Amino acid sequence: MTKHDLVVIGGGPAGLAAALSAWNAGIRDILILERDKEAGGILNQCIHNGFGLHHFKEELTGPEYAGRYIALVKQTGVEIRTDTMVLELDENRILHTVSPKHGYETFQAGAVVLAMGCRERTRGAISIPGARCSGIFTAGAAQRFMNMEGYMVGKRVVILGSGDIGLIMARRMTLEGAKVLACVELMPYSGGLNRNIVQCLHDFDIPLYLSHTVTDIRGKDRLEQVVVSKVDDKRRPIPGTEMVFDCDTLLLSVGLLPENELSRQAGIAIDPRTNGPVVWENRETSIPGVFACGNVLHVHDLVDYVSAESEQAGQAAAAFLLGARPEGSEIRLVNGFDVGYTVPQHIHRGLDSVEIFFRVRNVRKDTAIRVMDGENQIARFKREHMAPGEMETIKLPKVLLDRIQGDTLTIEIEEAAK
Amino acid sequence: MHYDVIIIGCGVVGAACAYALSGYQLRLGILEASNDVANGTTKANSAIVHGGYDPLPGTKMARLNVVGNAMFPELCRRLDVPFQKIGSLVVSLSEEDDAVLEELLRQGKENRVPGLRILSAEEARSMEPNLSSEVRGALYAPSAGIVNPWELCLAMAETAVKNGAELHLSAPVTAVERCEAGYLLRTPKGDFTARYVLNCAGVTSDRVANLVGDHSFHIHPNKGEYFLLDKAEGTRVGRVIFQCPTKVGKGVLVAPTVHGNLLVGPNAAPTCPGDTANSADGLAFVRASAQRAVPGINFRENIRNFAGVRANSDRDDFIIEESRVAPGFIHLAGIRSPGLTAAPAIGIEALELLKKAGLSLQKKAEFVDSRRRIRFHELSDEEKNELIRQDPRWGRVICRCETVTEGEIVAALHCPIPPVSVNGVKRRVGAGMGRCQGGFCGPRVQEILARELGLDPTQIPMDWEGTWVLCGETKGGAKA
Repeated sequence: MTKHDLVVIGGGPAGLAAALSAWNAGIRDILILERDKEAGGILNQCIHNGFGLHHFKEELTGPEYAGRYIALVKQTGVEIRTDTMVLELDENRILHTVSPKHGYETFQAGAVVLAMGCRERTRGAISIPGARCSGIFTAGAAQRFMNMEGYMVGKRVVILGSGDIGLIMARRMTLEGAKVLACVELMPYSGGLNRNIVQCLHDFDIPLYLSHTVTDIRGKDRLEQVVVSKVDDKRRPIPGTEMVFDCDTLLLSVGLLPENELSRQAGIAIDPRTNGPVVWENRETSIPGVFACGNVLHVHDLVDYVSAESEQAGQAAAAFLLGARPEGSEIRLVNGFDVGYTVPQHIHRGLDSVEIFFRVRNVRKDTAIRVMDGENQIARFKREHMAPGEMETIKLPKVLLDRIQGDTLTIEIEEAAK
Repeated sequence: MHYDVIIIGCGVVGAACAYALSGYQLRLGILEASNDVANGTTKANSAIVHGGYDPLPGTKMARLNVVGNAMFPELCRRLDVPFQKIGSLVVSLSEEDDAVLEELLRQGKENRVPGLRILSAEEARSMEPNLSSEVRGALYAPSAGIVNPWELCLAMAETAVKNGAELHLSAPVTAVERCEAGYLLRTPKGDFTARYVLNCAGVTSDRVANLVGDHSFHIHPNKGEYFLLDKAEGTRVGRVIFQCPTKVGKGVLVAPTVHGNLLVGPNAAPTCPGDTANSADGLAFVRASAQRAVPGINFRENIRNFAGVRANSDRDDFIIEESRVAPGFIHLAGIRSPGLTAAPAIGIEALELLKKAGLSLQKKAEFVDSRRRIRFHELSDEEKNELIRQDPRWGRVICRCETVTEGEIVAALHCPIPPVSVNGVKRRVGAGMGRCQGGFCGPRVQEILARELGLDPTQIPMDWEGTWVLCGETKGGAKA
């Protein structure tokens, strides 16, 4: 068994940023394990631009963003092992891996950063009825075929779900000469960023059907038609509202799921709301010395936020290895009215400051976020607009944190004015 | 091309016949309409090895179920097919059900099903803690089990091929003529003659019978829909949980699969051959029915729905007989549940019918009656390392969800019946069967298939012919 101070599982944006910040914090024995042939993760297939506006203050493509980080990591002594799959992780931070070059190996890590990313929800996850023909792809798989392998997946396309990957693929397929007939969204609002709605749908006259879903898939061999129906306010299809689209391709952009099979296997506590580990403010999981960041923790909107979170996790892993542990008793964060989840799920008392990330359950205008210590409001943040597709963040400075008396802190959305 | 015997159809019944016959000195041909074996009912069913208390005593179904069941442990050991004898429970949810259990017990005893007994509600729940509190008792059949049905079919077909049988894929029989040699079968892959023909054409076996002027039976295809749940739900039950059978079938069951998932289904609805579409109503029915017996099933863990088509017929029993109008043309038709369980016994039955029809059967001197497949994730650390040392591709994980390596996929591509489609690879090694449903590994499997078969990726279908995946290159062109 080989020993390393820090082992980072995953060489995508989260893993790269975590390793880099741990290096900068003084850790010198760091190994990144990446299952693909190269580092960079899903960014490698995201050839569109729009990355890096926050982090690098300029607009980059996915591969460029990944390239910047890879170049920075290469200037350090961090080792990246590609083509290496982690098969098992246990509570003692022992990892079992397999790779063509090194075979089956085990590692003992002083600290571990989980950065495995997420996967796409599939047709099965939402039980779309209909024929079992070909031509139904998750948007990411279609993106890989087109951007990595150079092959077209179809010519007449319907997209279910208005998440960002689906929107990006609507534009990408149009630019490649395919006809994108419609983007269909179950909810009454889009799950993607507004800029993507404008740049990927409006600019190409692709209709967006809100409160609609796919209710049938037809085709003997390859997809021939999809049936789209309007849904009521309980998201049930309304009979009589069917529209039939002749198409050969259906792309699914119906949500992302953090990939926590390794975390579960290790016995790490998982939050059913995020499908990611329960973490402290430093991104430490329920197993001491194991940290999580990026889309394995919760699904982010922008890679820039992934980088920021991962730097924090890398620093915390370094602090753990150097013997500096956060102190203070636990304050649990409670999801109040209309808050879907929070990250972190608990914090230590007496911090200098903490940033809390969360998502609202509904689109809201002219409202406020309230931070409650029992009945006491300790902070209130005004918001003109909030939507489930856009992650919210609030920062609580020491002066506010020191006011907390109880063991819980509730994050809630102010109910609409009466 | 002339054969002594031609088998039409290579589902589990055709494969069982081929396996049984391949031990004898004869020229054996298999004509399969699809581009792969196991591509009809065999790949989409409950994957259960039934105890045998359901069929009416005295029927072929009853006899072949019990005989077939007893063949599974040894057959699956020899051919390396995943099989687990986990037992089954038929639960009672009402007073009427209690009477049904007694009737099934009586029937089962008459059918000579071993070990059957009725459990109290307490006994049943101590065996299966997730059963509904409404469960009043259960019929326990310790001899029931679960199997990988398509691997069973593949293993038997592969063994037949290794022993000299010739398999012709994409060869649907379009016409049958009588000739001096017996029968002339026309297919898009050419004409074949044979003295004897076994009609194992599943849901289209009546159409095949019609081709020789035999209209003695009709198939009434009947569809069953399923949920396949993530391994996170795989231990919800430890045995096959049935509800009391009704006129239309054995009802909705809940069972673990040999792959560690949970299978829930099926319903029953008349349909036509080839209709494997799921319906919202059908799935809703399956879900609600299953929850009566096992209320805690977490359907949010669903990873796939599918539908299978049963080859029900207008008769009350399996149709295993020589055609009355076409001597030497033998039907193995209307093989509905418990067809999978009965299949190995049906293979032996086919031998007997051929003998009776005049075929002389001489055992082969050397018959290779074994099969081994390497399942990477089941190997010890040392074995894994040894394989990777020999060929580094065994160390490259392609399917992350099921831990399937490139070595396994390449090995499958060089097996006696190599796959030609992405799902063909899935059925052989499990790549794409997991929770991401091929989202990550699909493109890589496509690439490996194209590379190993020397084809362009656009020529690799998802499954049967016509299920194309890629339609050409992007403007930038394919990456070298």
